[in-house]
Amino acid sequence: MIKFRLEERAKSPYWLIILSPFIAILVAIILAGILIVLAGANPFESYYQLIIGAFGSKNSFAETLARATPIILTGLAASIAFRAKFWNIGAEGQLYFGALATTFFGTGLVVLPSILMIPFMFIMGALAGGLLLLPLVLLKLYYKVDEVVTTLLLNFVVVLLVSYLLEGPWKDPMSLGWPQGKSVIDEGVLPQILSKTRLHLGFIISIFFAFSVWFILSKTVIGYRIKSVGLNAAAASHAGVPIFKTVLIVALLSGGMAGMAGVTETAGLKGYLTLDLSPGFGYAGIAVAMLANLNPIGVIFSGVFLASIYVGADAMSRAMNVPTYLADVIVALTVLCILLSLVFVNYKILFFGVKKND
Amino acid sequence: MTTLLKVEKITKKFGDFYANDQISFEVKKSEVLAILGENGAGKTTLMNILFGHYTPDAGNVNFEGNAIEFGNTNNAIKLGIGMVHQHFTLAENLTVLENIIIGRQSIFSMSLPKRHARVKILELSKKFGLPIDPDELVANLSVSEKQRIEILKTLFLDCKLLILDEPTAALTPQETDALFSTIRSMIETGLSVILISHKLNEILAVSDRIIVLRNGSSVGEIDAHSADRKKIAEMIVGKKIDYPQKKKIPRKSKVLSLVDVSYNKTDAPNLSKVNLDLYGGQILGIAGVAGNGQTTLAKILSGHFKPTQGKIVFNEAKSVLTSPKSFMDLGVAYIPEDRNSDGIVGDMEIWENAIMTEMDDPYLRNSLGIINKKTSFDRSENLCETYDVRMQSIKQRSRLLSGGNVQKLLLGRWLMRKPKIIIACQPTRGLDEGAIASIQNLLLKAQQNGSAIILISEDLDELLTMSDDISVMYKGMLSDPTETSSTDKLSIGLRMAGDGFL
Repeated sequence: MIKFRLEERAKSPYWLIILSPFIAILVAIILAGILIVLAGANPFESYYQLIIGAFGSKNSFAETLARATPIILTGLAASIAFRAKFWNIGAEGQLYFGALATTFFGTGLVVLPSILMIPFMFIMGALAGGLLLLPLVLLKLYYKVDEVVTTLLLNFVVVLLVSYLLEGPWKDPMSLGWPQGKSVIDEGVLPQILSKTRLHLGFIISIFFAFSVWFILSKTVIGYRIKSVGLNAAAASHAGVPIFKTVLIVALLSGGMAGMAGVTETAGLKGYLTLDLSPGFGYAGIAVAMLANLNPIGVIFSGVFLASIYVGADAMSRAMNVPTYLADVIVALTVLCILLSLVFVNYKILFFGVKKND
Repeated sequence: MTTLLKVEKITKKFGDFYANDQISFEVKKSEVLAILGENGAGKTTLMNILFGHYTPDAGNVNFEGNAIEFGNTNNAIKLGIGMVHQHFTLAENLTVLENIIIGRQSIFSMSLPKRHARVKILELSKKFGLPIDPDELVANLSVSEKQRIEILKTLFLDCKLLILDEPTAALTPQETDALFSTIRSMIETGLSVILISHKLNEILAVSDRIIVLRNGSSVGEIDAHSADRKKIAEMIVGKKIDYPQKKKIPRKSKVLSLVDVSYNKTDAPNLSKVNLDLYGGQILGIAGVAGNGQTTLAKILSGHFKPTQGKIVFNEAKSVLTSPKSFMDLGVAYIPEDRNSDGIVGDMEIWENAIMTEMDDPYLRNSLGIINKKTSFDRSENLCETYDVRMQSIKQRSRLLSGGNVQKLLLGRWLMRKPKIIIACQPTRGLDEGAIASIQNLLLKAQQNGSAIILISEDLDELLTMSDDISVMYKGMLSDPTETSSTDKLSIGLRMAGDGFL
C-alpha cells in the first residue's frame, strides 16, 4: 500500500500560486467533460459551444457581463464577511431586500434627476441589505447565535416576504396578473452601456465597488482591523481593536454589497421586481469569493468566469441537447478543485514506504 | 548499559532552512537524557521525527537495533516510543480510564475492554507513583493530574522510551518533585526518558546526560552530574547572557486598587473578593497554579472581563471604563499568557502587528483612516531595533518569529506607549534563557521608569528574582502580599497548594 502524508510548506513557490487556479479549472472541466460524455455529447464540441455562447458575439458577451454584475457584488459581500470570519450566507436575502428598497423608493415615491436618483437608489439598497443583517450580527455579538444558521434561514423568510408583496399589496396592476412589482421610474433605470444589449451601468458600478472594497481592505484602518479580526480575533482584541464595532462594520458593508446587487437587477436588468429576480446570485457569490480567494479584484474575474459558465451553458444545452444543470456541476467542481488546489499550494505531499502485504 | 535508541546524522530541511543538521546521539537503557536548546533550535522537530510526525531528509534512527519507519506514529508507538506533548491531548468529557484506552481501539469495535485495562492501569499507577481515579472525568482534573494520565497512557502501551516535552511548565514545585520521583522509578524499572525543557535547574536535578542543540545542530554533550548551570545556559544561547539585576526603587503613589472584586460566571475560573493595591515602581508577583483565576484577574484588570461585584479604582480615573480600549487609554498594558493565540496575529506581517495598538495615532494614519505605510514601516523598524526583535524583514509573516522575538515585539509594542501599569501573564513561559533574560530586563527597566507591574507567573524563580512583593492565588482567592525578601519557594509552594486559604 502506498502511503502519503501532507507536510506544510515553509514557503509556497510563486509559480504554483499563480498556476494553481488554472490547473484547478482545467481539472474541473475535464471532470465535467466525463459527465458530458455520459450525457451523450462530444465534450470538445460542447465546450466550444459553451465558449461561443458566453463570448462568441457582442450580444452574448454583453449578456455574460450583465450576468456577472450581481454575482460580483454578492461575491464582494462574501469576501468582506469571510475575511472577518463572519459567515454571511444570507446574500440572497439581502439582495432581495435591496430589490424591495429599490421598488419602494424607485417606483414613484421619490423622484429625482437621474444623476441623483441612481446613487440614491444604490444607497437605499445598500442600507436595506445592511439593515437586514444588523439584527443577526447583534444576536451573534450579544448572544453568540451562529450567523450561518440565522443568515441562511432569513433568506427563505425574505423570499416569502417578496412573494407576499408581489402577490398582494405591491403587485403591479398593469402586469396582466403576473406577480411583479411596479416599474422603476425612468430617472432610476440604469442606462445601457452597450446599445441593443442588456448590459447596463450596474456592471461599471460593480467594478467600481470591487476596487473600492479592495482599497478599503488593503489601505485603511478599517480593512486592517477586519483582517486582524478574521485572522485572530483574540489577539486583535488584546491589542485594542474594537471587535464589536469591526464586526458591525463588516456586516453593514457585506449586507450593503449584496443589497446593491438587488438594485442592479431591479433597476438595471429587469426594470421591476419579480420573484425570480435572482436565480441564486447570493449563493453564487460565495463560490465567486472562494474562487477569488476572497480577493476583491479577483472577484471581478471569478464573477465573469461564473457568469460565462452559466450563460454559455444555456447555449451549450440548446446546441448539444445536454442539461443546463451541467453549469452548476462545472461551478461546483471548480470550487472544489480550487479548494483542493489550495491544499497543494500550502502543503507538499510526501510518499513513503511501499509496504508489502504480509 | 545497552543502547536503546541510536540517532545517526538526522537532517531535516524546511526549504533552505536546516531545522536539524546531522544530529547524532544515543539513549541508553535506564537513562534520562535531557535535550536543551532555544526555541527554534530544533528540539521539537527532532522529537517529531522520532515519534513519526516528520520524515527526515537524511539519517537513521535505530530503536533496539531496528530501523524505525519514518513518518509513521503508529510504528513508533508499536516499537515502544511514547510521547507526552506540552499541550495535552485528552478528551475532557471522557473518564480517565476511557482516555487511556481509547486511542488503541479499532474504530469499529463496539465495546471497550475496560475490566482488563483497569487492572493494568491501577497496577502501573501504583508501581510508578501516579495516583489517579480511573472513573473521574478528565474535565475535573488539575494540570498535574492530566499529565499523570498522559504518562499512564504511554506506559499502558508498554513504552520503553518516554519523551516528555516541557513537562514541568505548569506544575508547582511539589508536583515537579513528584514527577521527578516518578521518572526515577521508571528508570529503575529499565525505562528510558528523554526530557525536553528549558528549566535548567530542574533538568540538572533529574537527568544523567544533557545534549545541547543550537540552530539545528548539536553543540555538545554534557554529563549532568558535573555540569555548571551558567555554562550550559551560555552554550544554549551561544553567547554571554545578561542576567537581570533587580534594583529596588522607592514606591510611588498608588495607581490601582481592586476592592472586593468577584467574578462569577461560567466562562472562566471565578474570583472571590479579591483585594489588591498596586503602586508605581512596584512589581507585584502573583503566584499560583494555572487555572486558579489568575487569567480572570488579568482580564479584569485589562478590561476584557467585567467584575460581577466589586470595583476597580484607578488613581486618576474619572473616565468611564467600558472597553479594553478605555483601559489602554488609561495606560494599562496587557501581555496575555498565550502569546501565539492571544498576542500576535500570526498570519499578519510584523509591521502590521507592531502598529496594532496604535491605530489612533495620527502619525500612522490620516483623518480618513488611510494607513500611512511609510511612517508605519518606520515605527515598526524602530520598535524592532529598540527591543531587539530579530527578523529578516518587517514584511515577514509574524508566525515565523521565534517565541522570544514574538514576546519582545508584543512587550515592545506596549513599552512604546510608556504604560503606567503592565499586566504580564507568564511573560517568559516557554522561552529560552537568553530571551527570558531580555524580557525580564525590559520589565525591570519599565519598573525603573515608574511603571507598576503585575507579574503573573508559575515560575517561582522568576517571581523571586523579579518581584518586590508576592501574592498567591488559589481557587479565585488572592492572599495578602508578602515581601519577597521574607519568603521562599517552599512557603509559596505550600500556599499555591491551598495552605493558609480558608
